[in-house]
Amino acid sequence: MVDIRNDFLGIKSPNPFWLASAPPTDRAVNVTRAFKAGWGGVVWKTLGEDPPIVNVNGPRYGAIHGADRRLLGFNNIELISDRALQANLREIKQVKRDWPDRAMVVSLMVPCEEASWKAILPLVEETGADGIELNFGCPHGMSERGMGAAVGQVPEYVEMVARWCKQHTRMPVIVKLTPNITDVRFAARAARRGGADAVSLINTVNSIMGVDLDLMAPAPHTDGKGTHGGYCGPAVKPIALHMVADIARDPECAGLPISGIGGIATWRDAAEFMALGAGNVQVCTAAMTYGFKIVEEMTAGLKHWMAQQGYGRLEDFVGKAVPNVTDWQYLNLNYVVKARIDQDLCIQCGRCHIVCEDTSHQAITATKDGRRWFEVKDEDCVGCNLCVSVCPVEDCITMERLTEGVDPRTGRPIDPAYANWTTHPNNPMAKAAE
Amino acid sequence: MDKARAPGVVAGRLSGEEIARNFADLHPPLDAHEARVEADRCYFCFDAPCVTACPTAIDIPLFIRQIQSADVVGAGETILRQNILGGTCARVCPTETLCEEACVRNLAEEKPVAIGLLQRHATDRVMAEGRQLFERAAPSGRRVAVVGAGPAGLACAHRLALHGHAVTLFEARPKAGGLNEYGIAAYKMVDDFAAREVDYLLGVGGIELRRGVALGREVTLEELRRDHDAVFLGLGLGGTNALGVAGESLEGVQDAVDYIAALRQSDDPSNLPVGRRVVVIGGGMTAIDIAVQTKRLGAEEVTLVYRRGREQMKASAYEQQLAQTSGVRLLTWAVPAEIRGEAGRVSEVVFDRVTEEDGRLVALGERFELPADQVFKAIGQSFLAETLAESGLALSGGRLRVDAERCTSLAGVWAGGDCVAGGQDLTVAAVEDGKQAAEAIHRALGAAAAA
Repeated sequence: MVDIRNDFLGIKSPNPFWLASAPPTDRAVNVTRAFKAGWGGVVWKTLGEDPPIVNVNGPRYGAIHGADRRLLGFNNIELISDRALQANLREIKQVKRDWPDRAMVVSLMVPCEEASWKAILPLVEETGADGIELNFGCPHGMSERGMGAAVGQVPEYVEMVARWCKQHTRMPVIVKLTPNITDVRFAARAARRGGADAVSLINTVNSIMGVDLDLMAPAPHTDGKGTHGGYCGPAVKPIALHMVADIARDPECAGLPISGIGGIATWRDAAEFMALGAGNVQVCTAAMTYGFKIVEEMTAGLKHWMAQQGYGRLEDFVGKAVPNVTDWQYLNLNYVVKARIDQDLCIQCGRCHIVCEDTSHQAITATKDGRRWFEVKDEDCVGCNLCVSVCPVEDCITMERLTEGVDPRTGRPIDPAYANWTTHPNNPMAKAAE
Repeated sequence: MDKARAPGVVAGRLSGEEIARNFADLHPPLDAHEARVEADRCYFCFDAPCVTACPTAIDIPLFIRQIQSADVVGAGETILRQNILGGTCARVCPTETLCEEACVRNLAEEKPVAIGLLQRHATDRVMAEGRQLFERAAPSGRRVAVVGAGPAGLACAHRLALHGHAVTLFEARPKAGGLNEYGIAAYKMVDDFAAREVDYLLGVGGIELRRGVALGREVTLEELRRDHDAVFLGLGLGGTNALGVAGESLEGVQDAVDYIAALRQSDDPSNLPVGRRVVVIGGGMTAIDIAVQTKRLGAEEVTLVYRRGREQMKASAYEQQLAQTSGVRLLTWAVPAEIRGEAGRVSEVVFDRVTEEDGRLVALGERFELPADQVFKAIGQSFLAETLAESGLALSGGRLRVDAERCTSLAGVWAGGDCVAGGQDLTVAAVEDGKQAAEAIHRALGAAAAA
């Protein structure tokens, strides 16, 4: 039997799917609905000091859409909780009491002063919450006031605040990282130095969703003006995966637990984050797009996949893909592939041909014996994967490895040995092969 | 008495509401949301097969991408640049055997992009905004006569006008539009679309429409050639083929095209008399159109009889299905032997069962009768060459012979549409003929000017 129970920093939940700190976790009524639907845990929407902040009274969200208005990217300018601190604490306590088997983590954001953190931590501890998440990621609004991403972008601040929190609470401390930074590892390392128990990432990405060409203003707008918001949803997943992997394989962060966030919409997305080292995942946009019921697909899908793979517990595959993330310089330059078009699956749209012809290597035919026919010319194909990327039919074009003979493009024999850039003769910095 | 089942040919078998429902738009237009969803399905193919399949070579992937990007008028412009009657073609083209048959989505999931409906979406937007998208060139001082204001003539006149030539468009009937106005099934051309499209097309200017002027009646080809720098003939097919069996002249036996024209011109189709038992003879689009329309007018039994099998019918599989789902019975491999009547009115049609041997139809010696109070002949139309007998225009297979430029055997005379040999008898093909002829005329006039 497959067991998907999750233990993250000792915080237990029936599955690894938590709702991220965001509008869906702002109040008891939502969180209760989420738990009823089957979510394993929540990170309660960020609490701040009283008096509560205020939100705009206009649009908080913007979106970009793909075919059939499928939501691909999402952004928001909502701030942290705009409800009184006591109201939130009371509800957190009640919900945790009602749902003791679910993870209840509380997101926090107070000014960058020790007294502020020292004041709020006992209040949270008193609710019986399982842990705290430090919101060092929010890129809009709060950052203008010296909080959120303004802290997350300065590793020294990250370390300092993490240290205060570890000093003033017995609860596990998760530091939520901003992607609006050149190298996320510096922030992660700082969190670890400060004693944080884990990092969670990514928070949202600075973004303007579009421009209203009639108003000549960002869209959506507030009374004709717009500001950048935090970008999330399926479009940011690749950015998040990269940052998670970077931390997972960083020697200075070795063993630091990661809670993966960023565009997770299906069980498969979650499995990918976990394969790259995330101990669990947090979801927001997918729930805000479809409602809480999606967790049923996530838990069922994860279980079915694990059973198929022979994984009994989450630990069996968490981090399993990390060793295969490497630097470009270590990629095998003797690995030669050619595109192969399955003529039975091909629907003759010709997009592989035209993109290769116009923008790449002129390696796909358009006709054969006078009729429409798309076939790879091995002597020109560099194996770039562009045709695979644009083909509308899954698995119609695949990459096939050449294992023997000669590469018709270079005329060089296929070398079964591994060789990378560090030893390549064209590399001025090449080290002699040992 | 219940009019619905009254014997004979009577009007008012159905209520006005039922008639309105039966003759509503066969394919209701896409709304903006539906259009966006459908447009998203287009793959923007390289050297797209749909474009190759379109006789007017509309850049279909481009116009669909323009709909995707919310430039619907731009989409309309892409269509109308190639086919100024793109609005009609969106409604009447047998897309299932043209662009949509070629769509690669057929291979992907057996469901092509709804190109026809998207084309209608875009062209309807242009018509609704009423904007002229093309500008006429400066006047060339050349005069061209275009005879016949059907699809070929209209397309030719419009393109000539764009090139700056002064066009006189002669139409024998009271209205322009040709088969768009008089021939196509009513449920494909609702809301007086043919007339609105003609108005839009003529809105470009530079075209003088003269209605009620027929070649060989009010004007001769010699006069037209004398008074103009070029002549285009888009005469259509004026004649209908006869069955050649006894009883053809009985009351109640008539040409389908005449009835369809009356139906199209009727303000209230419930006033049109229709039989209780209708027999249609033929297997093309006209046969389907008359069968479906008489059924929708309230005929209790409509039987379409075709001499060969379903595969040989000129009507597409889709049209045959439309007839069947409308309640028309399709009978194949039977030819009329005799039409019988009582007191001068048709009462039944006698058919011979036939088979094909060495490409010829052979009677099997088996006969059957279909009771009928109305019989429609829809076995093809023919070109009326008599009016041009003296002109010296060469024919081929009974229609005008033209070269690739749509030039006839007479210098300075071009022709296109159904009246020329080797055509497809499709609106869209007629439009292409008119367009190509206009370009050829323009080149010829330019060459003449340079000489």
